[in-house]
Amino acid sequence: MKRLAIIALALATAGAGAFLWLTAPQRIDAALVTGLTGDATRGQQVFHIGGCASCHAPQGTEGEARLALGGGERFETPFGVFVAPNVSPGPEGIGGWSAVDFANAMQAGVAPDGRHYYPAFPYASYARMTPQDVVDLKAYMDGLPMHPAQNQPHELRFPFNIRRGLGLWKRAHLSDAPVIAVEETLERGRYLVEGPGHCAECHTPRDFTGGLDKARWMGGAPNPEGKGRIPNITPGALKWSAADIAEYLKSGFTPDYDSAGGSMAKVIRNTSLLSDDDRNAIAAYLKALPPIAE
Amino acid sequence: MKPVFKVITAAALAAVPVSAFAQDVEKSVAARQAQMKLYAFYIGQLGAMAKGAVDYDAEAAGKAAASLNALAGLDGSKMWPPASSNAELGDATRALPAIWSTYPAVVEKSKEFKSAAAAMADAAGGGLEALQGAMGPLGKSCGGCHEDFRQPKE
Repeated sequence: MKRLAIIALALATAGAGAFLWLTAPQRIDAALVTGLTGDATRGQQVFHIGGCASCHAPQGTEGEARLALGGGERFETPFGVFVAPNVSPGPEGIGGWSAVDFANAMQAGVAPDGRHYYPAFPYASYARMTPQDVVDLKAYMDGLPMHPAQNQPHELRFPFNIRRGLGLWKRAHLSDAPVIAVEETLERGRYLVEGPGHCAECHTPRDFTGGLDKARWMGGAPNPEGKGRIPNITPGALKWSAADIAEYLKSGFTPDYDSAGGSMAKVIRNTSLLSDDDRNAIAAYLKALPPIAE
Repeated sequence: MKPVFKVITAAALAAVPVSAFAQDVEKSVAARQAQMKLYAFYIGQLGAMAKGAVDYDAEAAGKAAASLNALAGLDGSKMWPPASSNAELGDATRALPAIWSTYPAVVEKSKEFKSAAAAMADAAGGGLEALQGAMGPLGKSCGGCHEDFRQPKE
């Protein structure tokens, strides 16, 4: 009987050890960002394509006030409520972070204190960003107004409230590899869409582990924030021309002059601030996607 | 009158204003949806020129923009009666209850649209570049209401 207890204890210890080993935070290679100098002007474009204000601007703010990124917006999801954190350059936000801290957050989903971030923060897409874009973004965000709001905890259900478990999720789903093979002329569009633009986070369905189903890339998915569906935007369903798509990203008008609504209206606020070249690049990539039937 | 008839009569009388109200709501929904379609009709003419699908024509652009602006000035106070959101009317409307529950937030948004339509009326006849410049704020102001106050399509 005593021997059995010892064996059980040994197995439990080994299991806990394996869990801790498998779920340990994996940081980025610091050498990728140290030595790079951020350019705030370029970083502003990265900020817009990244859609940072859509989640981190306090709810109901307009205009310049959307640049004080105090967070606080609540996102109701099947896992529970996520609350957007303060990412302004003050003491409650990212004030005092090094470029390596910032890149670890953006691309490895790891906080400066070593905790995992939840992938509601789309670092699995941001992982594909260039180190230069990341430090440019930091340079821009460091110049934004401070916001005093204190961070509010997420309200998640078991087992999603166990942060450490996210290490397993990352092992399965975190990669900086591009998803769709494209010719060279489409690489800019692919970069914008698969990387900072993080379009797939809503437009691609997820498997039972919460990872994106790459076989149905951009094929439409249930709305993560409630009723309805996020549309399929592959050529299998979306018949708009590349010019139509670029116009939609600029003004929010569909070819029938209906306008974007819901969460896509928030996205258009950002894409309306991109260059025509980048909007055309996004459109060209979307037209080249493997079609997924409706 | 026997009690049972009293009840029936009372119920019948009560039903009259209810159905009249339902009919009014239906008309209001039809009216506001017609207004939205007309917006799209005129913005479509302006947009086609803005993106080069149709040659720019100062007179046609000016007329479309003036019509849009006039349309934006119609009295909408009877088009959005209480209990006419998709919570009450289902698929007959995509208007969300937030229009009424966060009132007057929607009024602020509609002011932005009206000023964008007025700016377009000033700009559209003054050259293609002026028209193109006014399209962005106009589109943004449409999205201003549709972001929080319209149910996205399935």
